[in-house]
Amino acid sequence: MKLLDARGLSCPEPVIMIRKAMMSKENQYEMVVDNPTSKENVMRYAEHQGYQVTIEEKSGEYTLHMKK
Amino acid sequence: MNVKKETTSILIAGLIIGMIAILLVMLGNPLNMGFCIACFLRDISGALGLHRAAAVQYIRPEIIGLVLGSFLMAIKHKEFFPRGGSSPMMRFIIAFFVMIGCLMFLGCPFRMILRLAGGDGNALFGLMGFIAGILLGVFFLNRGYSLKRTYKLPTAEGAMFPAFMVMLLALLLLAPSFIFFTEAGGGPGANHAGILFSLLAGLGVGTLAQRTRLCMVGGIRDVMLFKEFKLLLGFVAVFAAALLCNVAFGLFKPGFSGQPVAHTDGLWNALGMLLCGFGCVLLGGCPLRQLVLSGEGNSDSAITVFGLMIGAAFAHNFGLASSGAGPTANGKIAVIIGLVIVAVIACANTFKKDN
Repeated sequence: MKLLDARGLSCPEPVIMIRKAMMSKENQYEMVVDNPTSKENVMRYAEHQGYQVTIEEKSGEYTLHMKK
Repeated sequence: MNVKKETTSILIAGLIIGMIAILLVMLGNPLNMGFCIACFLRDISGALGLHRAAAVQYIRPEIIGLVLGSFLMAIKHKEFFPRGGSSPMMRFIIAFFVMIGCLMFLGCPFRMILRLAGGDGNALFGLMGFIAGILLGVFFLNRGYSLKRTYKLPTAEGAMFPAFMVMLLALLLLAPSFIFFTEAGGGPGANHAGILFSLLAGLGVGTLAQRTRLCMVGGIRDVMLFKEFKLLLGFVAVFAAALLCNVAFGLFKPGFSGQPVAHTDGLWNALGMLLCGFGCVLLGGCPLRQLVLSGEGNSDSAITVFGLMIGAAFAHNFGLASSGAGPTANGKIAVIIGLVIVAVIACANTFKKDN
């Protein structure tokens, strides 16, 4: 599993980060973002790539668990 | 939110925003300028006396409404997160030149859509430049361009920009003698819908844009980057609604010459929007999106809006802004300088060792 920290980055950077990471085609990724737009965009991208996404929210930070 | 619901909501939001824009024209805003973030910020700069172009001075309530609409929605949906610190000075400079590009073309990306929907063929050159500019920006994004992270800031910091908007509203309503308003018949600044309607229109657009993350640059950018069409749908919906309304109300006048607040120099229309598109990708969003983000407490975007306003002030003080007669020599030089400076900033934040 790969852990990615995209806190403080604004879109489209977190999506570019996950796209780059997903080139290694692992089965599981986890990413932390800190704004709702990035959460939605990363989620959408991961779903398009065939991952199932679950999200945890804690004080304005979102952890996205992406699993194939 | 699931993908289908997202798609439906941005389509509806785009359609409503397009209709609001034409309604504003019907109620008094300049033609093909129901909404134009660049023009309206330029008018506000003028009203505050930062430039003295008498034809374009007015505190546009649409801008105030937009920011406050976004602010209220962000509070309501717990998305008000004050933050900043992601290269503010570079954002200011990029925004300054984005405005120079917009005033070369005579409009922001939003007005470009409205001009296209009004039949203004010159905006096609703008669109071509705009797409080329976004391509340039995407080139850098794909190679690691970043203005670095933002950090959490106190609530009061995030409230500053919405508070500034409230202050502008007070200045508009009280109209003290040191605020400049274009005299009736004196130019586009004098053409405006009533304050209440403009404010409500701004609130409506701000609300919709905050919820859907609508962005005129993001649409084309995301298609190029990720083949993601959500934001582009918003862009297309604004165009479709505005086009239909223009045709219905007899405002659709296809052609190149004699278009309202526009010139026919294709090359410079394209280059102006190229600078705008390139800069906006580096900023992470179009001028409309920057206003929405400022409402959500983003200080970097607030600085960006001030960069746009100061850019507009310089544009009119130094004779850089185009007019119906065409671009100025100074404006052409400024656009070239802008392209060079923005490219240098892009390179400096892409190709470096600490990446």
